[in-house]
Formats: sequence, C-alpha cells, structure tokens
Amino acid sequence: MIEASLKDLAAALRAGTLSSVELTTLFLDRIDALNPSLNAFITVDRDGALTAARAADARLAAGTAGPLTGIPLAHKDVFCTEGVRTTCASRMLENFVSPYDAHVVSQLKAVGAVMLGKTNMDEFAMGSSNENTHFGPTKNPWNTGRVPGGSSGGSAVAVAARLAPIATGTDTGGSVRQPAALTGVTGIKPTYGVVSRYGMIAYASSLDQGGAFGRSAEDCALLLSAMAGFDPRDSTSVERETEDYTRDLGKPLAGLRIGLPKEFFAEGMDDDVRAATEAALDQYRQLGATTVEVSLPNAKLAIPAYYVIAPAEASSNLSRFDGVRYGHRAPEYGDLADMYSKSRAQGFGAEVKRRILVGTYVLSHGYYDAYYLQAQKLRRLIAEDFIAAFTQCDVIAGPTSPTVAWPIGEKSDDPVQMYLQDIYTIAVNLAGLPGLSLPCGTGANDLPVGLQLIGNYFDEARLLNVAHGFQQTTDWHRRMPAVG
Amino acid sequence: MSLSIDEVRHIARLARIELGEGEAQDTLDKLNNIFGLIEQMQAVDTSQVEPMSHPQDVAQRLRDDIVTESDRRDAYQRVAPQVEAGLYLVPKVIE
Repeated sequence: MIEASLKDLAAALRAGTLSSVELTTLFLDRIDALNPSLNAFITVDRDGALTAARAADARLAAGTAGPLTGIPLAHKDVFCTEGVRTTCASRMLENFVSPYDAHVVSQLKAVGAVMLGKTNMDEFAMGSSNENTHFGPTKNPWNTGRVPGGSSGGSAVAVAARLAPIATGTDTGGSVRQPAALTGVTGIKPTYGVVSRYGMIAYASSLDQGGAFGRSAEDCALLLSAMAGFDPRDSTSVERETEDYTRDLGKPLAGLRIGLPKEFFAEGMDDDVRAATEAALDQYRQLGATTVEVSLPNAKLAIPAYYVIAPAEASSNLSRFDGVRYGHRAPEYGDLADMYSKSRAQGFGAEVKRRILVGTYVLSHGYYDAYYLQAQKLRRLIAEDFIAAFTQCDVIAGPTSPTVAWPIGEKSDDPVQMYLQDIYTIAVNLAGLPGLSLPCGTGANDLPVGLQLIGNYFDEARLLNVAHGFQQTTDWHRRMPAVG
Repeated sequence: MSLSIDEVRHIARLARIELGEGEAQDTLDKLNNIFGLIEQMQAVDTSQVEPMSHPQDVAQRLRDDIVTESDRRDAYQRVAPQVEAGLYLVPKVIE
C-alpha cells in the first residue's frame, strides 16, 4: 500500500476496497514508528488527520470525491495551518498557532486531502541540509548519518521513507529540487507566481515559490494541480487559467530537444553524479530525444546575486518578528529596543541571523546600488541567458546537486561551502523558471542522484511529461530506502 | 572589502539583534567569507542592464479601496506574548 501510486490509491478509495481512515492510520503508524529516527515531522496531527479522513470517506461514499480526496499528505512547516502550530523550525515560532490557513493548505483541504502533520525544515527555509533547525536535524533515510538536503528536507524524507505519499515544499534557491535529489524522490518548483504565497511564511518574496514532492512525476502533477492557481491575496500571483498538469504526461518524447548547459558540465560536479547524469541522458536519447549544447554564461553569478537578493528581502520580511504581536519574547529585558534585540537574538538561529545581518548591510544607506541593484541587474542577465537557450531546446537538463548527500556536520560550520551546494538550482529561481528533480541513478555509497530538468515559463506540464517518460522506462523512482 | 568588528556591531544594532561578546568575532569572520563570495558580482559591467524585480515584469495589481477583512482581533491577539484589553503591551516608551 505504501508503494501504491496516487492514481491506484484513489481508485481503491473509490472502489471502497480501502477507506481513507485505514490509509491515514497506516501512514500515521509509520510516522510513529520511524519518525523518532528520521525526525522528518515537527508536528503530527493524528486527531485532525483522522477527522479529515472520516470526512473524506463520507465524500467518497457520496460520490463527490476528486483525485486527492482521502489521500494523506504532509505540509512543510512554513505553511500556516489554522489550529495546528506552524513553527518554520524556529524557536521564534515554537508555540505559534496560526489564526488562518495558507492558500495552499485551504486548497488541499477543499479537495479533501488529509494532512498528517508538519515537516521539519531549515529555519525560515534558510539552508541546504536541514541542520539549521530548532527541532534537531532531519536524517536521510538512505543513510541516517547523512543530511537529506534542504530546506524542505522533512517533506522530502517523508516521501522517501513512505511516511506520506506526497508532501508540499517551498523552493527559494533549490529547496524542493535539492532535497528531492538527495533523498531519491521527485520534486517540482513551478514558475514564480503559479502557487500562491499567501500564508507561506516569507523568506525572499521575489524568489519564494511553493512546490510539490511525490514518488513520481505523475503524483507531483496531481498534487501541483491542486496547489496552483491565481490568488488575489498574493500580489505576485499570476492571473492564468487553472491547469491540469497531468494532461501531457503520456506524450511520447521522440523529437524532444534537451539543452545541456556547457557550464553545468564543465567542472564542479563529483564523478559519481556525472556518471549517473550521463546515463540518464543516454536513456533520453534512447527514447528519441536529441541533445544540444547550450550556454548560460552568467549562471556562475547566480550564487553571489542570490546571497544579496535573498538576505536583503529576508532582513525586511523577518523584521516582523519583534516579540510584540506573535512569536518569542525574551523573558527579561529593559526598554523596548532591548526587548526587540533580546527577543530576536534568542528566537533566531545562527544562519537566520547571519542572513539578516548581510541583508541589513546591503540595504543600508549608500550600499543599495552596489549590492541590491547590481544583483537585480545580474538577475536579468541570468534570465536572458535562459531565454536565449530556449530558442534551441525544449527543456534544459543537468545535475540537481554537485554531490550526493554528505555526512551530517560536514559543512554546517562553513556557510559559503553550504551555499555552493546550490550552484545548479539557484539560477532557476532568479530567472523565475520552473524546475524539477527526478531520481536518475545512484552515486557513491548507493546514495541517490537527481537529474534536474528546467523548463521555459509556464512549461510545468512539459517538465512533468519529460520526467514521466523517463519513469515509464526506468525504476530509479521505485527504489525505497531500507527503513523500518 | 572587509567588515570591521565595529561595523558588525552597528549592523546588528540596525537589525535589532543582540550580539553577545563571544559571538562578534565568529560573526565577523563568517560575514567576511560571505562578502568575499558576493564581491564576485562587481566584476560584471551592468551599466546598460535594467534591474529585474519580477520574472514576468508585470505591474502590481490594484484593488478597489474597500474593506475586505473582518474583525478578528481576538484571534490575532491570542498568539501575542502580552495583551490587555485588546492592546499589545510593550515596555514604557514615553516617560
């Protein structure tokens, strides 16, 4: 049952051979058994899940069910959930219970999906390893001494270890794709503006985008279809018709033109990642795709530009945590300024503070042009490279991460080394393009390797089609870590 | 460029984050490493490039200037550290 696709689960639920309560209980019991060693969930809502499951069973019986009715899922703890605490993995929000639901949460509630709980993450989505969390690091189920990637590491692990069939995440610089790669699951970040940011606790607003994790591209397509859509409460939500992202899954891949950025293949990735990536490209050629070399000459500037734009926006967004309206307040303080400073010093972890300080500096008087404006100009150069590349190809492919999952603690004291892990994913956020990672092989120590597919604006259905075609003829996505 | 320890203390003050005595040096070292990475940006001539703030370069939507929110003060104040009679309490600001 834990291996069944969403389509098969939905069929069983409709046929009445399985109830949502049974399915939900199965996953809740797996969480109880395995979460103590994996630490993928911060909060598990057993009672809420079973109540939602009973309501879903009633809808199934009444014949008003959709494809996700009665399907259990996990939300990254960055999405506000009314009545269930939302921590962002921060001491600042350790006891915060949101008075409202995020748009994504209410959309999934409306279709009858069943929330199991809230997943661990890097604090305020800042990190690439799921070690920056007030609730302890999340473990990679393929080797519990290794990181799962981040910042949506808990959601990736929940799907990889079969603690949930699907999960939501957010991706500001690679936070869906990189943990998907490191844990052997499929993850998609849509075009900026496709998924509403309402109720998604803000990190870097011009880059933040909700995304979906599943064991397959097909499952991701079903989840994304329910998450996406115009929302007037998000000022950067794009006004477009809602889409069925499963519509092109079955299209043949013959004639597909895959662009290979020469900069991504030049150097920087480990040999085991390169071997798995090359093998995946050979598989695509066998399916009738052709490959063409493309160039992204400014992509190397993505990391420096990102580490100006994201901290600048974070320093502004996180100024709301002042110990007055919600969140942590220091137990002892002098005057108002002292209360702010102590509450924030105690509430935020080290990496969050560093990014706020970087952002405060680059936005301070006299430095705006040299940093934020320069970074926004580089952002345009990076986006223009992609637009030029897409005149020669339909999708771009390359590695998701330069390495497989690394040992916990290896990079946690060296922020710059950690930042460089996102070398292949960050440019996609700066350009605002959709990106997907799918498992495409294994590297050293039998750890998963992800292939990244990058699409043109609003080309999510094609990305999912390209990933699905691969998954119809390979079984990397069916491998399951030996847990429990 | 390289920040000084006094600059780090100044930024921390602006950001309203108390920096303990023991933390300042480690923070300085890590911030200087980060700025070493960021400085790579300055090698590119962007004098002819328009800055990009939104991938679709769309204009901000406007809405009618009407009340759309209902009064949920009690729900919002339930998560506040200290409230009294519908007011948020903070240390005395005016003597």
